[in-house]
Amino acid sequence: MINMKKPFSLQLDPDAFRPATAEEKEYISRMRPSSTFFRDGWKRLMKNKVATVSMILIIVITLSCILIPLFWPYSYDAMLGVRPGKPVDSSFNNLAPFTYGKTELKRIEEGESVFPHIFGTDAHGRDYFIRIVFGTRISLAVGFFASIIVLLIGLIIGSIAGYAGGKVDLFIMRIVDIIYSLPDMLVIILLAVVLGRVLNLEGTILEKIGSNIISMFIVFGLLYWVSMARLIRGQILSLREQEYVLSARATGAKGSWIIRKHLLPNCISVIIISTALQIPNAIFTESFLSFLGLGVNAPMPSLGSLASDALNGLNTYTYRLIIPAAVICLIVLSLNLFGDGLRDAFDPKLNA
Amino acid sequence: MNSKMLQYVLKRVLLALLTIWIVITVTFFVMHAVPGGPFIGEKAISKEAQAALEAKYGLDKPLMEQYTTYLKDIVTRFDFGPSLKQRGRMVTDIIADGMRTSAKLGVIAACIAAFIGIVLGAVAALRRNTVLDKTIMVITTAFVSMPSFIMGSLLLVLFSVTLKWVPANGASAGGLILPVITLALYPMAYITRLTRSSMLDVLGQDYIRTARAKGVSRRRIIFGHALKNSLIPVITYFGPMLAYITTGSMVVEQIFAVPGIGRQFVSSITNRDYTMIMGTTIFLATMIVIMNLVSDLLYKVVDPRIEFE
Repeated sequence: MINMKKPFSLQLDPDAFRPATAEEKEYISRMRPSSTFFRDGWKRLMKNKVATVSMILIIVITLSCILIPLFWPYSYDAMLGVRPGKPVDSSFNNLAPFTYGKTELKRIEEGESVFPHIFGTDAHGRDYFIRIVFGTRISLAVGFFASIIVLLIGLIIGSIAGYAGGKVDLFIMRIVDIIYSLPDMLVIILLAVVLGRVLNLEGTILEKIGSNIISMFIVFGLLYWVSMARLIRGQILSLREQEYVLSARATGAKGSWIIRKHLLPNCISVIIISTALQIPNAIFTESFLSFLGLGVNAPMPSLGSLASDALNGLNTYTYRLIIPAAVICLIVLSLNLFGDGLRDAFDPKLNA
Repeated sequence: MNSKMLQYVLKRVLLALLTIWIVITVTFFVMHAVPGGPFIGEKAISKEAQAALEAKYGLDKPLMEQYTTYLKDIVTRFDFGPSLKQRGRMVTDIIADGMRTSAKLGVIAACIAAFIGIVLGAVAALRRNTVLDKTIMVITTAFVSMPSFIMGSLLLVLFSVTLKWVPANGASAGGLILPVITLALYPMAYITRLTRSSMLDVLGQDYIRTARAKGVSRRRIIFGHALKNSLIPVITYFGPMLAYITTGSMVVEQIFAVPGIGRQFVSSITNRDYTMIMGTTIFLATMIVIMNLVSDLLYKVVDPRIEFE
């Protein structure tokens, strides 16, 4: 420190002439660690309590519907009363939670331990808990993959329309306008009715998934890409007038390179947010179709078809409706809240 | 009405007509792509009987001819042909029958949704960040994330099965209460959120401050300036709301056994009544397209700031 009391005398602080330590060099060269766009957004997301809780909920639900079937002793399509070579044991049908069928009771008397039916069994003697878990798995998978399909198609078509402009843009946007004005639910029902019968999947890998789910994906792919395409086109239209695009073009970059390296990364936040919000939408539609009997194929459960099955025995087995209903609401609500949180955290316009 | 506006209206009407034509065409060809045709599922039917049936319904003619006949019948006579499964009835009659119930249900639900939604939204905006506002927002968020079939089933359990206040069968007069509530809840929640956010937007505008500075009474500011202007986005929701109510009515009518068009549609899907599926899809789609068109045009009329592109 320079002693200010004697301004004319040259007083030097010998400490100032010591070589800097590695730590100090680090401190000088970076005032604080720089933050990337994602780390920034992530930090903001973590500060949002509602979004964090929703995200944890989603992760817990996803993990449990992947992991629980691995160790659960019952399977979703095994009718417990049906044994090969023996008459059907109807004591397994419609069990209340934590009760057991006849043969199971005998085994318990003999001292064996029998895994409880937490939610009882359904009208065909299938363990209801594992059906709920599997239904959740189907619903989540449909929601997730449908959004990916929508994202891919919308991304490709939207960015081509936005970047090419002119006649290509006009042509694509006319098609988008028309598909947009089609009443989506009706067309989805119509296509689901027909595709479920037309598709022949026997012998392929897809057979196990079932024609109805495949047709659902096709329908999502055909119809729901339009809003994604519109969104991305709008973004790209405004971005392609930026100077860095001009400079890239001046240095001879090709169109596809500019789209991939310059334009898409700049609208990534919009893409993430609308994909996240697309998932609950797809789950909604899936459960709606399953409810109408156009969803998953028979032994496979989905939350919508479980709720629809439960309507038949509503007076006696009310909980069979309440459980899948609660799970759907929980999933959709937390996905929506998480999507809202993502928007708040990643939308650069809101941060300004 | 200037020429720019006329041009816009014309363009939108043409687009709507094109959409309706596409719906008819897609519906027709997609339904005819189903292998086997409509009479294959019938039990023990002889070759001659099947040929006679196909001749009766004109299914033996070439596809393009069937298509033009179908299109002509719809445009000139609003005729969707006979139902394949409900013997002796025309699809148009079945639709008309169903619409009588469904329209009543839909209109009442829409009115309730609009009225309560606007009031709640305005109250939430005016009492911003209070407990009341937060309660309204939490409840409406919950309603928006609940599929209509779940809402309907839960209401059925609560009020018909447990409390036994209203009959579960929607065919009776008292039985229409629950379906109307079920249909109204989602649009109500949506309109509440819409009104709240647009009201908040309007309340921050300069002209509200000007009005307040002039000494205009609070009541006049709210009803004369704020509410009127914040209803513009609500009008655009009119079209989607109709689409929701018509498609929502499918499950709601199914749950409550209401003899409306949605129930007819669902049962025609399960019965594979092809002409009925086609007729209902085209009818409902046309209705939705027209309503979307009307609400879009209305939107431009109500808000003069919007430019016609």
